[in-house]
Amino acid sequence: MQRLRRPLLFLTVLVIATAGLVYELLAGTVASYVLGDSVRQFSITIGAYLFALGIGSYLSRYVKEGVAARFIEVELATALAGGLSAPLLFIGFSQGKFFGPLLYGTIMVIGTLVGLEIPLLMRILKEELDFEELIARVLTVDYVGALVGSVLFALVLVPSLGLNRTSLTFGLLNCAVGVLSTFVLADVVPKRALLRLRITASAIAVILVAGLVYADRLTTFAEQGLYADPIVYSQQSAYQRVVLTENPHSVQLFLNGNLQFSSADEYRYHEALVHPAFARAPRHSRVLILGGGDGLALREVFRYPDVEHVTMVDLDPAVTNLARQIPTMQRLNHNSLSDPRLTLINADAMAWLRADGRRPFDVVIVDFPDPNNFSLGKLYTRGFYRLLMRVIGPDTALVVQSTSPMYARKSFWCIARTMRSAGFSTHSYHAHVPSFGEWGYVLAMKHPFEPPTQLRVDGLRFLNDATLASLFIFSRDMQELPVRENTLNDQQLVAYYEHEWSLWN
Amino acid sequence: MASRRDALRWIVGAPLLARSLAACGGATPRAPHVQGELLGQSLDVGHRVRDLGQPGGPSLGDFRGAPEERVKLAIVGGGPAGLSAAWRLTRRGELDYQLFELESEVGGTSAWQETGVAPHPWGAHYLPLPMKENVELLGLLGELGALDGVDAMGEPMGSEEMLIREPEERVFYGGFWYPGLYPYAGASEDDLRQLRRFRAELDRWTRFHDAAGRRAFTIPRSLASDDAEVMALDRVSATDWLAQLGLNSPRLEWLVRYACRDDYGLEPHETSAWALVFYWASRTVKPGHDTRDLLAWPEGNGRLVKHLRRAAGDRIRTGRVVLNVEQSEGGVTLRMLDVTSGRPLIVHAERAILATPHFVTRKLLGLGAGELEMGYGSWVVANLHLESRPVERGFPLAWDNVPHGSEALGYVVATHQLDLDRGPSIFTWYRPLTGRDPADERRRMLDTSFEEWRDGVLTDLAIPHPDLGSRVRRLDVWRWGHAMPQPRVGLLSSASLRRAREARGRLHFAHTDLSGMALFEESFDHGLRAADELLAALAPPATSASAVEPT
Repeated sequence: MQRLRRPLLFLTVLVIATAGLVYELLAGTVASYVLGDSVRQFSITIGAYLFALGIGSYLSRYVKEGVAARFIEVELATALAGGLSAPLLFIGFSQGKFFGPLLYGTIMVIGTLVGLEIPLLMRILKEELDFEELIARVLTVDYVGALVGSVLFALVLVPSLGLNRTSLTFGLLNCAVGVLSTFVLADVVPKRALLRLRITASAIAVILVAGLVYADRLTTFAEQGLYADPIVYSQQSAYQRVVLTENPHSVQLFLNGNLQFSSADEYRYHEALVHPAFARAPRHSRVLILGGGDGLALREVFRYPDVEHVTMVDLDPAVTNLARQIPTMQRLNHNSLSDPRLTLINADAMAWLRADGRRPFDVVIVDFPDPNNFSLGKLYTRGFYRLLMRVIGPDTALVVQSTSPMYARKSFWCIARTMRSAGFSTHSYHAHVPSFGEWGYVLAMKHPFEPPTQLRVDGLRFLNDATLASLFIFSRDMQELPVRENTLNDQQLVAYYEHEWSLWN
Repeated sequence: MASRRDALRWIVGAPLLARSLAACGGATPRAPHVQGELLGQSLDVGHRVRDLGQPGGPSLGDFRGAPEERVKLAIVGGGPAGLSAAWRLTRRGELDYQLFELESEVGGTSAWQETGVAPHPWGAHYLPLPMKENVELLGLLGELGALDGVDAMGEPMGSEEMLIREPEERVFYGGFWYPGLYPYAGASEDDLRQLRRFRAELDRWTRFHDAAGRRAFTIPRSLASDDAEVMALDRVSATDWLAQLGLNSPRLEWLVRYACRDDYGLEPHETSAWALVFYWASRTVKPGHDTRDLLAWPEGNGRLVKHLRRAAGDRIRTGRVVLNVEQSEGGVTLRMLDVTSGRPLIVHAERAILATPHFVTRKLLGLGAGELEMGYGSWVVANLHLESRPVERGFPLAWDNVPHGSEALGYVVATHQLDLDRGPSIFTWYRPLTGRDPADERRRMLDTSFEEWRDGVLTDLAIPHPDLGSRVRRLDVWRWGHAMPQPRVGLLSSASLRRAREARGRLHFAHTDLSGMALFEESFDHGLRAADELLAALAPPATSASAVEPT
């Protein structure tokens, strides 16, 4: 051990430097994910971290005796604080309050601890090396560590481990170095202190390993493998797994692994969802959106100056909070969820209709996930559409997203047929959305009507009057075919859907 | 400690207790944080009927000088049969009647409760959609808004909101939930062949019509054939009948045992094969079709009771326990106690309908040997108030959820028919006490403490739902001493059962017991029959002929 003493101490410096930088990058990344504006978040984070290093270095002068034991203590404290930093920040953000103080508090604590470490280590080594040699070697290793940390972070750690696991893994590495130090520095630390430090280290290791196990529920190594692009946000809500991924060109939202939109082409989906119904409805003052918690359909709705009030009923507060708070989403939905004309209700649409669905709306937009299980399938049943009738007036235009007429032809026509059995007149239409393929919708009113031919809004990216008319034309391979209707007691649609999509996946 | 273990072994059965102990590392679930209470019918009130004239019980002498009332017609018993009779009288314009019920609420074994996140049943909880022949019951369901047109065969269809929402049922087998009731997973060729053979036999009985054109099995029973070939099924047990057919697949035996215990609270070797076949054949329109869809409400058959209760209105007198019924030239004398005050009361009526369980009717009339006697099974029902849903393995939560291998029957979900798939819920757990001796089981049921029942229920459900205990906020237990008449071999074809329906002077009889099975449809049928008999007897002879129904 004594022969290895010096290399091992320099290895310690390397790990401390690498881990310190990784913690700093983690904090900056989490901050820019959840607060947006990465330039500002990173510059503030780096500034705060460097300042905290300074505080730590300054505080090191107050350590008078037992330097080696203090050094190991600081090392272990860094392991704990740094290791838990990313999970703590994510949890703090999902709790919604005091994220700022938590973020900067974490940065200051970690910075201060890392700032203490290097001076203390230099004091331990000063007995063995000349001053010039000491400064040169320690600082070299320190900066090399920083380089290792930043390269590892961007190229290896985040893509393969995700933020939480990176944080916890480096905590464990710190902890291991702390334990190693108790052996390397055994001659300068009292025996009883050694025992105490080793017990403390074991406790911290247990906490971090537990964190790693628990991190599976926050972000997992395996989960990242399911997505083509890096996960920038993921949360297990009470209802579903919400995952946001990002590549240099676009952002994607997944619910339970199913793509909800890609920012590259979501305008096609949402323009086709919203504008035909608005073109059909004579009035637009009161609008109801069921589902659509990402706020993208809402963005399209707010293009109409005559919209006075929008009620949105979406099950999952995790989705609507994400869409309202995260800058990436705010940019995409034009901050539509913060518009004062919006009343947002987090409830099950069916329960809400039954309890509060009374007054008719002018336009109703139904944008639920596809019917791939019974609890979603019930939102496409005759019973549901009968309930929906409660909010439909003589001139109300209703649109329902209704899966793909290409990949799930029976499912698509089953929805229209079910709506007709509940008393609606319908016109089905479709649009091409590259991320999804051919996608379908049902436009419906209480009384027979003609499909719209003229948009009531300018400046769309996808639709104009000519394309609007073309949406209602179906090629032969997507035309209507005989299907059974979907009822609460016999969810035919779930069976169709499961079968049809299984042929394509 | 040993006695608690004994109680658990009795509640959940030894094999399941062993599995549960193995799964939980030797400890059965203990849930001291789960509050609840033991509920049930008012035993002390009910026992006054039993104890009339006994030392320590009430005596007829107590009625000397008691206040007397007069009413044209009296109905004794506010279960579905009595309420159906009252509904019939009301709909026929006969409003001069009173219905006496000993409990503080009417409904009998269709009891329910409206606390917590959803109304939930304490007893009967579904109704198969009647076929077109059951005109009267369809009339009632029409009033409830439970019907929606007819299908291609002309059979009535149920309203979407009241039919059981998909998924209707699932079975827990080998660590996973599967759709349906029969555990197909891992079934051998022979298992499936036997299942087909069993179904073919049921189809044969579904297809059967006697010389008079009557089906072998109908709901209500009164429309069915009494052909000797059909009634021969009542002279053999379900177990022996299966053996005669050469059926011995363990999965099929489990399905049959489940059916016997679920519908009759009996073991298959005790159950009449007629009753077993009735379970399927009476609910199937034609061979090759599914059994009739089921109507269900969050509060179970309480929904039907509420509707019937509305028709009777303030003619219902609860908290009145009738101790004795006597006929004289001029009418019927009912001696009863006001349950709250304990004061005696005498009611004179021209005629009366006894809509009481048969064991009570025997006491009221002092019937002796030679008259119909039948056995009753005990049931225990628990309502578990959950703050969240358990983690699922396999097919998702259904309305009816049956763990294979449990001595209980699983649970139904009160929030299912409210379309609520998330958040708090109430699970209603059922356990028929099908032990060797019904009286023994009944005594044991009453001797078992709340804590033992609670831990027993949680132990039973720990196999499919290891995480259930932490989600339960409240658990109440209802004990039914005489839950169901038992259609043991020979009862359903007996002359004494047939005779028990017949009017005696000014007394008419209505109760599901008179069909030898516990079904809402049978209660309703007997209630209407008794009311019609009574109305016919009241009517002047010239016009009576058209109103009388053959009995």
